[in-house]
Amino acid sequence: MTVVIALIARDVRRAWASGGATLVVAFFLLVAILFPFAIGPDARLLARVGGGVIWAAALLAALLPVERLVAPDGDAGVLDQLAVRGLSMTTVAAAKIVAHWLSFGPPVMLAAVAAAGLLDLSGRTLLAIELGLLIGTPGLAALAVTTAALVMGLRGAGAVAGLVMLPLAVPLLIFGAGSIEGGAGAFKLLGAIVLLLLAGAPFVAGAAMRAALD
Amino acid sequence: MSAALAFDAVSCARGGRMLFADLSFALRAGAAAVVVGANGIGKSSLVRVAAGLLPPAAGTVAITGNRALLTEDNALDPELPLARALGFWAAIDGRPLPIAAALAAFDLTALAPVPVRLLSTGQRKRAGLARVAASGAPIWLLDEPANGLDQRATTLLEAAIAQHRAAGGIALVATHLPLALPGAHRIVLGAAA
Repeated sequence: MTVVIALIARDVRRAWASGGATLVVAFFLLVAILFPFAIGPDARLLARVGGGVIWAAALLAALLPVERLVAPDGDAGVLDQLAVRGLSMTTVAAAKIVAHWLSFGPPVMLAAVAAAGLLDLSGRTLLAIELGLLIGTPGLAALAVTTAALVMGLRGAGAVAGLVMLPLAVPLLIFGAGSIEGGAGAFKLLGAIVLLLLAGAPFVAGAAMRAALD
Repeated sequence: MSAALAFDAVSCARGGRMLFADLSFALRAGAAAVVVGANGIGKSSLVRVAAGLLPPAAGTVAITGNRALLTEDNALDPELPLARALGFWAAIDGRPLPIAAALAAFDLTALAPVPVRLLSTGQRKRAGLARVAASGAPIWLLDEPANGLDQRATTLLEAAIAQHRAAGGIALVATHLPLALPGAHRIVLGAAA
């Protein structure tokens, strides 16, 4: 257990050291600011699409550090060292999911408050968005780490990562954005999708990392 | 329980090419083996097979005891001071104490506060060796440990391996540089082919 905590602490420290939360928040807000420019300053329209904009921005923010999540550890021999110590790559992947969530989930939830102001969203909508993000961002973290593990070792991994992850994130987007209007039922569906992703991701990511070892 | 490392008729293939076949040897506590052979003959692959990172194409590898691995990649976070980077692995190994001794063994004490990214090639290699020494694992698997080391550091390496063996440890060393390892088995790859 102490090993897993050490792994999580290391990943969180590295994420923060390399720009981490600041970068995620800045990127998230930038996307949220770009939409009003593209759609126009109609407050009613913005308020209607705002929730979806925030969810799309959160998805892109989760994808932002995808090249730094797993590949550097493979290159530096860290995964080799963990494997020699008898750690399963599944455990390592699970630790990476927790660490990635810690370094992007809470910052995005904070930044969503500012984004809600920019998009003229009501307090009730903001509350629904925050609750949705709390449930949904762990699923985004699971997807991002899985994608990072699958594309590690590829050249131009960032672009491929987008192609791999974005289609898989569609259910999260549908139920996440849907939960703003949909009430309790939509939150439960969102939760179900996230549980599915969290249960499967460590095994898929772990298998990809194991395959990259030899 | 004393440490042991044994290969029994092990074959290794990479990318459809057979690197070595039917390799058998056994190392008991205090023993060392030197793997020699031309570039690309499979020295590093042999070390990775011994480390359990690469499944053998045939045969079995029997291991008693923990392993510590040194490869080209020293697995130390480049942005951290050396002592903290080593401390991460010591914490994973559950042995936070012996870093100072390991640093001293490879003449790195003065470099402890220096970020890993600022170290030279030889210093990085010594840092990797200090990580191996601090792990407390009885089986050392060293892939080209003498690369980039100067004369003095090579002597330190030889002394560290000798001390490790005297304490009942095992060392499997793949190297193309001459290292003084008294009484070590010689595993010559590519000799039969």
